[in-house]
Amino acid sequence: MTKLKTSITQHDHVQGNKDAPLTLVEYGDFECPHCGRAHPIVKALQERFGDQLRFVYRHFPLAQIHPHAESAAEASEFAGAHKKFWEMHDLLFENQDQLGLPLYQELAGTLRLPVQRLREALETGEFTAKVRSDFSSGVRSGVNGTPTFFINGIRYDGPVNVISMAEALAYVLEQAA
Amino acid sequence: MPILGRGIEAPDFNLHVTPDQTLSLSELRGRPVVLAFYPADWSPVCGDQMALYNEILPEFQNHQAEILGISVDGVWCHAAFARQNKLHFPLLSDFEPKGEVARKYGAYREKEGVTERALFVIDEEGKIVWSYCSPIAVNPGADGILEALEELSAKKGKRDDQVKDVDNAA
Repeated sequence: MTKLKTSITQHDHVQGNKDAPLTLVEYGDFECPHCGRAHPIVKALQERFGDQLRFVYRHFPLAQIHPHAESAAEASEFAGAHKKFWEMHDLLFENQDQLGLPLYQELAGTLRLPVQRLREALETGEFTAKVRSDFSSGVRSGVNGTPTFFINGIRYDGPVNVISMAEALAYVLEQAA
Repeated sequence: MPILGRGIEAPDFNLHVTPDQTLSLSELRGRPVVLAFYPADWSPVCGDQMALYNEILPEFQNHQAEILGISVDGVWCHAAFARQNKLHFPLLSDFEPKGEVARKYGAYREKEGVTERALFVIDEEGKIVWSYCSPIAVNPGADGILEALEELSAKKGKRDDQVKDVDNAA
């Protein structure tokens, strides 16, 4: 049984009820097609479990095989610094075949973020350390590729689809009750 | 046969890493070695086991460790796989006689004719200090390897300190 080693803190991006009995953590990569496919699955799970589920996203860019994964992660952190992390997160996954500075700038414009500042942040690596720290916490926790999910701190090794994941979540919820 | 465990001398081997180069375990004495058996090149997931190790190479290098991937795939297959995934560490070909090295480590699956997903961390003197066999469909990640390497580095640090103490006393 592989366990999440780094607990959820104020530095994490958390969506949903903070006191929810279920926590789903995803280590993801914006350029990974499997993560792209998992994106609507997570949305469906959030809808199904409502207030019983909080969702946490952490970065695990596989930069050697995905040349835009790191910059996309940093762009989402930039948006996060302006309280628009989740909006950017969704838009990046929805446009993952076009990742690159032109897309980040366009999305920043859509979200009314300072486009010039975004460019500077990427050039100076303002958010590199934050992304690295997510990556390291993932390595320590047994993240083995992307996406890797943890349900209440235990790595989920089952198939990534709504039915299997909903079953696993329901099971954990029942155990917790 | 279960995989070889802690305290056992790691069986030596000499295998092809490229079509015209071979590598022996004994050549790497003096530094920790991570030996990662995996069933096959070209597994259909992003960030498969080898790609993951490739991403965290700097962490292995912090411990002066050498990581070696090993499967029954041939050298040309390994070469294409390594190129496609931009792998920066050697892949060994346990190809002829097929699976001979895997058998010695207890990491061969007779029925399927492939190696297990089995990990071995070998110390500077060639002894296995940690091993783990993962269910074949589950990529084991790297947390166990890193913990084993950290333990080795900590021991080495202590030994070096003792040597220093002796030097200082002298």
